[in-house]
Formats: sequence, C-alpha cells, structure tokens
Amino acid sequence: MSAPADRVPALAEQFKGGLAAPICLTWEWTYACNLSCTHCLSSSGRRDPGELSTAEMRSVIDELHSMQVFYVNVGGGEPTVRPDFWELLDYAVASGVGVKFSTNGLRLDAERARRLAATDYVDVQVSLDGASREVNDAVRGDGSYAMALRAMENLAEAGFNGFKISVVMTRHNVPQLDDFAAIADRFGAQLRITRLRPSGRGADVWPELHPTDQQQREIYSWLSDHGDRVLTGDSFFHLNALGGSPLPGLNLCGAGRVVCLIDPVGDVYACPFAIHDAFKAGTVRAAGGFARVWRSAPLFAELRTETSGGACRSCSAYSTCQGGCMAAKFFTGLPLDGPDPECVKGYGAAALSAAGGDPPRTGTDHSHRGREVPLGMPSVRVPAKLCDLSPLAGTA
Amino acid sequence: MTAPFEPGRGYELNPAVALRPEPFGALAYHFGNRRLSFLKAPELVELVRGLGSHRCVSEALATVPEGRRDVYLRALASLAAADMIVLQAAGSEVA
Repeated sequence: MSAPADRVPALAEQFKGGLAAPICLTWEWTYACNLSCTHCLSSSGRRDPGELSTAEMRSVIDELHSMQVFYVNVGGGEPTVRPDFWELLDYAVASGVGVKFSTNGLRLDAERARRLAATDYVDVQVSLDGASREVNDAVRGDGSYAMALRAMENLAEAGFNGFKISVVMTRHNVPQLDDFAAIADRFGAQLRITRLRPSGRGADVWPELHPTDQQQREIYSWLSDHGDRVLTGDSFFHLNALGGSPLPGLNLCGAGRVVCLIDPVGDVYACPFAIHDAFKAGTVRAAGGFARVWRSAPLFAELRTETSGGACRSCSAYSTCQGGCMAAKFFTGLPLDGPDPECVKGYGAAALSAAGGDPPRTGTDHSHRGREVPLGMPSVRVPAKLCDLSPLAGTA
Repeated sequence: MTAPFEPGRGYELNPAVALRPEPFGALAYHFGNRRLSFLKAPELVELVRGLGSHRCVSEALATVPEGRRDVYLRALASLAAADMIVLQAAGSEVA
C-alpha cells in the first residue's frame, strides 16, 4: 500500500518523529453509557457535566477539517446517547471528516441502519466480546449480546457492507477466534481484534482476563494466517517477538506520534488507553485548540524522541516488539522503559511479581454508582437510583 | 479491479484523493475506498501533483533525475493499483 522511493527509512521509523496531524484519532463524545462493561478502558457510565457542547464539538470538527484529519474514531461511553450525536455525525461528514463510530448497538434500529447505509464516509464498529452470549455477557452485561447481534442484523439487512465487529481479546474468547470470523462473514462485516489493556475498569479484571502465554501464541499464529483480513490497529506488535515475520498492522507504539485521544471534556491524551495526568498533553478548550496541543505539547515532543529501551535494550527481541505497550506497563505499575507485562519472553511476568505497591489508576471514573454484586458470571448491578439504568440519565 | 498501469498514457491524481503534506512526503487519503497510502519522498509528491499536466507518465518522469526514474515508476504503478492515480479524464487528454 505504500509507494517506495530510494533510500528512505521504513515508514515505522518515519512515524516515530510524529506526523503533521494524527492518523488514528480517537474522539470520545461522552462518558455516558447504558452498559457497565467490566473492562471499560475509560471507566464510563455517567455523563460528565463538563462535556463539550454542540458548538464546541462543531469547532473541533472545523479544526480537524483544516488539519486534514480525514477521519476520526468516535467512541465513548456509548456515543449515540448524546442527543446531538446524529447532528454532529452529519456535520463531520459534510465537513469532509469521515467518522467511524464504536457502539454497543443501542440505537441501531432498522431505520437508522438504512440511513447509515446511505451515508458516505461513515463506518460503524459494533463491540462484541464473545462469540456466544455467555462469554460476551459475562464481560459486557446481560442483554448486550442480543443487542449487538440485532444491530448487526439491521446493518446487514440495510446493505451496510464491511462494517466492523470489534473484539477485545480475553482469556475466554481466544478459543472463539474462528467463531468471530464466521460471525463477521455471516454479516458481510470485517473483524477487528484488539488487546485488553489494564486501563480504566480494565485494571480490575486484567489479572483474570488477559490471555495466557499459550493464548498469546495462539493469537499470533491465528493472525499470521488470517491477519490480512483482520484489523488490529497497533494492538499486537508486542507479539512480534514470537518470531517469524512481523504481523500486519502498525508495528510500533503510536501514542502521540500517529495516535491520540480527545476525551469528552476536551482533554487530549497520548492514547485512548492512557487517561491519566501523566499522559495528558492539554485541552482543545485552550487557545490554539487541538492543533496547538498536537504540534507543541511538551509531552508529545517527548514521545516523538527515540526511547532508550532501558532494561529491554539488551534483549534480542527489542527491535521487533519495541518494548510493548506504554499504557499496559503504566497501569500495571511497571517502568515505561522496561518490559511489557505480557512480554512473550516472560520478562513481564517476572517484573510484575517483583513490582510492589499500588499501580496508578485511570484519572477519571464515571462508572455508574451502583453496588457491584458478583453472583458468579455475569455480575448484577444494583443501581443507586432507578434513573441510573436509563442510558439517557444525566444527558439531558 | 483496476486496469494495468500504462506509462505511455496520461495519469492524474484521483479527484477523490487528498494529499496531506508530512515530514517524509505526504499522506494520501482516498475518500472513496477509505484507503491510506504514503508518498515517502517530497520529490514523489511533486511528481504526483504535476502528473495531470503531462501527456504521459514517461514525460512526467523526464522531470526527475535519471537515476531515480525506475523507483518512481514503480511507486506510480503501485499508486495506480491503489486507485490513487487514475487515467486522465477523456476530456482533459492532450491529443
């Protein structure tokens, strides 16, 4: 897909210095969500009263247009619970900023699916974390499998070809990789698999849910066979240390280089998995807006310099795994210049057992304020207030 | 899907493609198929931008140093395969 010229460094090397604008910009439109997934990377649930207004959202879209950000990955929370969601979607598309939005399927009825299928520059990504109801609902909550499948049926029936099915890989769904591919085929969709990070509420479940060493090898070998049909973003570059040829996808940490996050209140972070002051580069609400943060934030300048590699430098695999995921290290309490907690050479496990104290937590918590009552799987949430159950609670 | 690349004919940047200048050259985004491509040299970016004003690809290539023509020819072929550059529209073709 790239056009070679003579004597230019590999693209991944060029990316390390940063780009004029991000390629993978995630923009979370609200912290409100109808679900309470156990692994939510942004600890979403309740809307934040300081979320960007419709007018502020529009001006960020204008800015992205002028920076030639050609598309954004919109998420949340559940972005479609914003009352102005469809209006903002239309505005972005009309401004030449394509939108791929992630959803649990809540609002994708037959009529909406038909309208989406008729809109250019819009892509839809339905989240599904189990190829069976049991495995999915244990993580995403009761009824979430049926809701996602209904949304997929509506999209397929409306002729929306190639929408995405997005799966976070866990210990329970690695054996279902072929089943996920079959579901994608059934709906004419494309499968996307990503890595479970210990970010947000994910920190609570990561020790039990992250794939085993053996499963990491299974993911690697499955991607080696099917990777050209499956999207992964920059999820699995740490597995390249398993040898052979590098996996398809972006084989470096893109944080602050090609990737960043704008959160619902307008704060800009280096990566969607790193909502913490240590990775906050600025806010779109300050003078100069997003462009100034992207171009001038000291944090981003730092992330665009060559890293030392630290303890990993002497490892033979360093050139292929690049030391792994910054967020995964940070939220498991490991030093950023050391091994990834899921280092395939086993150095991460050793570092984890040596690390003491409490690892840092995601900076904001918008979780529903219910009592968690684990009754085996899935857990049952008892709402503090009845209106907490409504996806629109607090969004008016 | 795409016709074979024919350097003897005139090509131009696909109107559905936008180029964003980058430190390494440019990023090309195809609004139709949502594909990204990377033009990994500023000289290649100039070549692609100017393609439409030449009768054929070979003529456009004559503007770059001889030693690099082969490599740019291959780059243009891959851009054509990705639908980033297309045959000049019939009306604009120079006789």
